[in-house]
Amino acid sequence: MAVETKIAVAPAKPPVWNDPRYRALFFQVLVLGGVILLGAYLVGNTMANLERQGIASGFGFLETTAGFSISQTLVEYSEESSYGRAFLVGLLNTMLVSAIGIFFATILGFIIGVARLSRNWLISNLAAVYIEILRNIPLLLQIFFWYFAVLRNVPSPKNSHSLFDSFFLNIRGLYSPAPVFEAGFWLIPAALVAGIVGIVVLARWAHARQERTGEQFPVFWTSLGILIGLPLLAAVVTGFPLSWNYPELKGFNFVGGMVVIPELVALALALSTYTASFIAEIVRAGITAVSHGQTEAAYSLGLRPGPTLRLVVIPQALRVIIPPLTSQYLNLMKNSSLAAAIAYPDIVLVFAGTVLMQTGQAVEIISITMAVYLTLSLLISAFMNWYNKKMALVER
Amino acid sequence: MKLTKVLLAAAAATTLSTAAVAGTLDDVRGKGFVQCGVSQGLAGFSNPDEQGNWTGIDVDVCRAVAAAVLGDAGKVKFTPLSAKERFTALQSGEVDVLSRNTTWTLVRDSALGLNFAGVNYYDGQGFMVRKDLGVKSALELDGASVCVNIGTTTELNLSDYFRANSMKFNPVVFEKADEVVAAYDSGRCDVYTTDQSGLAAQRIKLKEPNAHMILPEVISKEPLGPVVRHGDDKWLDTVKWTLYAMVEAEELGVTSKNVDQMKGSSSPNVRRLLGIEGDGGKNLGLSVDWAYNVVKQVGNYGESFERHVGVKTSLGLERGQNALWKDGGLQYAMPVR
Repeated sequence: MAVETKIAVAPAKPPVWNDPRYRALFFQVLVLGGVILLGAYLVGNTMANLERQGIASGFGFLETTAGFSISQTLVEYSEESSYGRAFLVGLLNTMLVSAIGIFFATILGFIIGVARLSRNWLISNLAAVYIEILRNIPLLLQIFFWYFAVLRNVPSPKNSHSLFDSFFLNIRGLYSPAPVFEAGFWLIPAALVAGIVGIVVLARWAHARQERTGEQFPVFWTSLGILIGLPLLAAVVTGFPLSWNYPELKGFNFVGGMVVIPELVALALALSTYTASFIAEIVRAGITAVSHGQTEAAYSLGLRPGPTLRLVVIPQALRVIIPPLTSQYLNLMKNSSLAAAIAYPDIVLVFAGTVLMQTGQAVEIISITMAVYLTLSLLISAFMNWYNKKMALVER
Repeated sequence: MKLTKVLLAAAAATTLSTAAVAGTLDDVRGKGFVQCGVSQGLAGFSNPDEQGNWTGIDVDVCRAVAAAVLGDAGKVKFTPLSAKERFTALQSGEVDVLSRNTTWTLVRDSALGLNFAGVNYYDGQGFMVRKDLGVKSALELDGASVCVNIGTTTELNLSDYFRANSMKFNPVVFEKADEVVAAYDSGRCDVYTTDQSGLAAQRIKLKEPNAHMILPEVISKEPLGPVVRHGDDKWLDTVKWTLYAMVEAEELGVTSKNVDQMKGSSSPNVRRLLGIEGDGGKNLGLSVDWAYNVVKQVGNYGESFERHVGVKTSLGLERGQNALWKDGGLQYAMPVR
């Protein structure tokens, strides 16, 4: 008896090595330690082998003079700049083409996705043909198609197509006048910022008033007026402090103005049309996922078709659309590395190409390049997740 | 237990590549062929012919190495490499020797962990333009768009030249030589720049070869030669002396046709080269008749040059700097003794 009560009061603790909690922890620590050891071994082995073969290592090369030039630079860059600067130029070029691609792919994708659902036989089938052709041909071939087949047919600089003698299109790119900012110009962007702030305040006020009284306020048209009116007013007050630097044909090429190089056009075109075909399918799936009952319910409440689409269908469709859309944005950004095939100076061509060849430091350069794509992907992902959370169903 | 196995396997995998690097000469003997890195198609240097056989003076270097090491010039496998891939392929042991119109520079010889075994073609960088541009000198190229291949010394020389002459240019940089040529041919660029021999070779591929001209300026020194990995002296010696043997044979008048008669020559130099006298082959760790095999199966340097790039070929290049030293050129073999 006595023994039995003792057991009931204090059940014997199992020894530590039999305790499932400690056991689990122990094996996790063991595996983690193993992974760290393996990583350390691989790094050590690589370093030792590089040293043994006499291959340079370290990140000091980033400060060495680059000595080569780049065809499109968004920040100041010359042959005397460092490899680190060349890296920045390549990074910005990658971000530029990705941003342009994402912007147009989204618009085009939404239009085609909606067109695919159209009750008009011709429109819906044209959209279907577009989607099936574009998404079933490898992207690299599409890039070659735009670059070598389409953009090769524009004329030479001497026979450029011109518009108002200030825009010129030729095989070297699209030349347009460049703005030259003069004293007092800062007032115009300042007015624009003030306008945007005003619009946000106005929208909040209008929303609150509608909640309170049910009265609607024409927010869109007022905002448009403020957005255009304020900077225009600032421009009139300061006397239009802006002049243009026109491109002109000098020697081989146009000099002055701004230029959009054909490599950028071909790459952005290929990336956005290709990704748009996937986005179109995602949009179609999203819209079909919202049950027709929702639309009918909205109509029966007296909402017109416009607000029904804007306030009922699209917010619900977006919840289905956003997660796969994020993947498409990531794909587009990573696919931009195909730029190297057509001489667009992105990070792969400039940094993992020329700089790698000049310094020979493959391990460092490829690691940095991978880290760049990883970071950009995570940033896009983080933004889209934030947006997704904002759009998610708020249950009360 | 499993974990240790995984660790061991990973360790074995990472050390495997190290082992392959150790002794290339023994490695090549073991596997019975030479793995040779060549270009993706540059007429006269390394280019597949109608039957798909690789030909060219760079290819001949590889065949000569195979003849010297294995006694059979046919025992070569070729890996076509882009300018960008070539050094990584050599460093990682994918190829045993890189014979791909590669310029000998300080950075490549030191920081890239490579060794140059000699120079089989002395070249210099030039410019090609359309004749109808009316340009007569490279100094008139201010503001031009220039097509160039990535990962080459060409890319840097180009920047240096324009900077030194305070001229501006727009670079258009491609990864493959074929894309560079296609872009130039379609008018994307005013100028195509690469080594002079390369210009001559690529001009044949243009739509109208005669509508283009090569400008007189040579803006750089481009000594092209075979490359091996740093730290494998025996293999470096093998490739280096194979190249010298070809040049020496030309200097001594030994050709693939007369090499058998030359075996009976009384000249001590010829006898040493062909292994009748001396221990040359043994000292290199090769067979006695290594140089005989090279000359018999591949030919001497002059024969190789005339066969692939000389005046009678479509490239039509003069010997120029690549003549033997005694004819006023730069080709000079160290004494084989």
